Amino acid sequence: MHNKTIAEIIAGLDAGDFTSVEITQHYLKRIQQLDSTYNSYITVNEETALAQAEAADKRRAEGNTPAFCGVPIAHKDIFCTNGIRTSCGSKMLDNFVPPYDATVVENFADAGAVILGKTNMDEFAMGSSNETSFYGPVKNPWDTNTVPGGSSGGSAAAIAAHLTPGATATDTGGSIRQPAALCGITGLKPTYGRVSRWGMIAFASSLDQGGPMARTAEDCALMLNVMASFDPKDSTSIDRDVPDYTANLSQPLNGLKVGVPQEYFEEGLNPGTEQAVRNALTEFEKQGATLVNISLPHTKLSVPAYYVIAPAEASANLSRFDGVRYGHRCENPKDLRDMYMRTRGEGFGDEVKRRILIGAYCLSAGYYDAYYRKAQQVRRLIKQDFVDAFEKVDVIMGPTSPSPAFEFGAKGNDPVAMYLEDIYTIATNLAGLPGMSVPCGFVDNKPVGLQIIGNYFDESRMLNVAHQFQQATNWHQQAPKDIEVEGVE
Amino acid sequence: MTIERADIEKLAELARIEINEATIAETTQSIADVLALVDQLQAADTEGVEPMAHPMDAIQRLRTDEVTESNHRDDFQAIAPATEAGLYLVPKVID
Repeated sequence: MHNKTIAEIIAGLDAGDFTSVEITQHYLKRIQQLDSTYNSYITVNEETALAQAEAADKRRAEGNTPAFCGVPIAHKDIFCTNGIRTSCGSKMLDNFVPPYDATVVENFADAGAVILGKTNMDEFAMGSSNETSFYGPVKNPWDTNTVPGGSSGGSAAAIAAHLTPGATATDTGGSIRQPAALCGITGLKPTYGRVSRWGMIAFASSLDQGGPMARTAEDCALMLNVMASFDPKDSTSIDRDVPDYTANLSQPLNGLKVGVPQEYFEEGLNPGTEQAVRNALTEFEKQGATLVNISLPHTKLSVPAYYVIAPAEASANLSRFDGVRYGHRCENPKDLRDMYMRTRGEGFGDEVKRRILIGAYCLSAGYYDAYYRKAQQVRRLIKQDFVDAFEKVDVIMGPTSPSPAFEFGAKGNDPVAMYLEDIYTIATNLAGLPGMSVPCGFVDNKPVGLQIIGNYFDESRMLNVAHQFQQATNWHQQAPKDIEVEGVE
Repeated sequence: MTIERADIEKLAELARIEINEATIAETTQSIADVLALVDQLQAADTEGVEPMAHPMDAIQRLRTDEVTESNHRDDFQAIAPATEAGLYLVPKVID
């Protein structure tokens, strides 16, 4: 049952092959038996999930079946869930039970989905390995000595270990695509403003974007149909109709122009990763696509620009955690200053503190022009690279991350090495463009992701391109060997 | 630009984050490393380039001035560290 895609689960529920309660119990049992190994969930929602499943089965019996009626999924623990602890991977919010649902959570509730639980993540989504979580690192199901990527490492690992068929995630600099690549699953970061940020705990507001993770492009399309919406409560939400993202999946790729940026194949790229990506490009040629060499000349400046803009926005966003209204408060503060200092000193982990301090530095008097303004200018140059490229091509392809999953601690004491993990993903966030990662091979039994970058609001085409690739290849159907449990099928 | 221990102490004070004495040297070094990475920006020619704050250059939407939220004070205060009579309690600020 746990090998079914979301599309297959919907078909099975429709045909009456199994009930929502049955499949929900199945997943809950697997989580109970396997997740002590992977640590992909922070909170598992047994009681609520079963109640939601019962309600879905009842709804279905009455002939009322919205798109995800009875389908189990998981939410990244960055999305506020009414009455369910939402920690954002931080000690600061270890005791935080939101009094409201994020819009994304509400959309899935309206669609009848069952929420299995909340997935593990890097603290406040700051990390590329899931090692910064207050709840301990997530293990990559393909090799438990290696990281799952981050920050949505819990969502990615839970899907790879078949502990949920799909999960929500967020991407500020690669946090959907990089863990999707490292865990061998499919993930999509939509155009900035496509998915509501309301109730999604803010890291860097001009970059953060929620999106789906699942095993196939088709499942991501089904999820995006639910997730995407115009939301008046999110001031940067874009008022634009949401298409049916499954409508174009089957279109042939004849005549598709694929841009291949030379900067994504330079020094630092693992040769095995490169080979897998090149093989994928050849597959697209076989399907009638044309490869076009392009240049994105400001790629190298994307990481430096990001590490001004993201920390600057984070330092402002995270000022709300002050121990007054919710979350952690230190014991016996002697005065207000002491309360702020110790609450934040105790509540935040090292990486979060580092980024707040960098942000405060870049925004401080005398440095604003040299850092923040300069980074915002470079941001426009990076966007212009893509605008120019999309005059010539329909999609851009390259590796999602420079190498496959690395071992725990490998980059632990070197933030700059960790930041360069996102060298191919960050530019799309700065430009606000949609990006995807699709499984395209293995290096030493570790999955490799192909990145597909689309033009603004061109998610339908990207999903079509990814779906056609998955019709011709079976990389997305591979599963880690240790995820089967005796007696549970 | 170099950054020193005293700068980190000042930033920590501004950001209201207590930095543990044992880790301050390491924090200073790692932030210096990140700022060295960030300094690559200085080489970019940005003459006449308009800074970009929003990918779609969108501006803030306006809405009609009407009450859209109901009162949730009790829900919000239920999760607060300390409240009394509908107010949030903090350590004494004024003597």
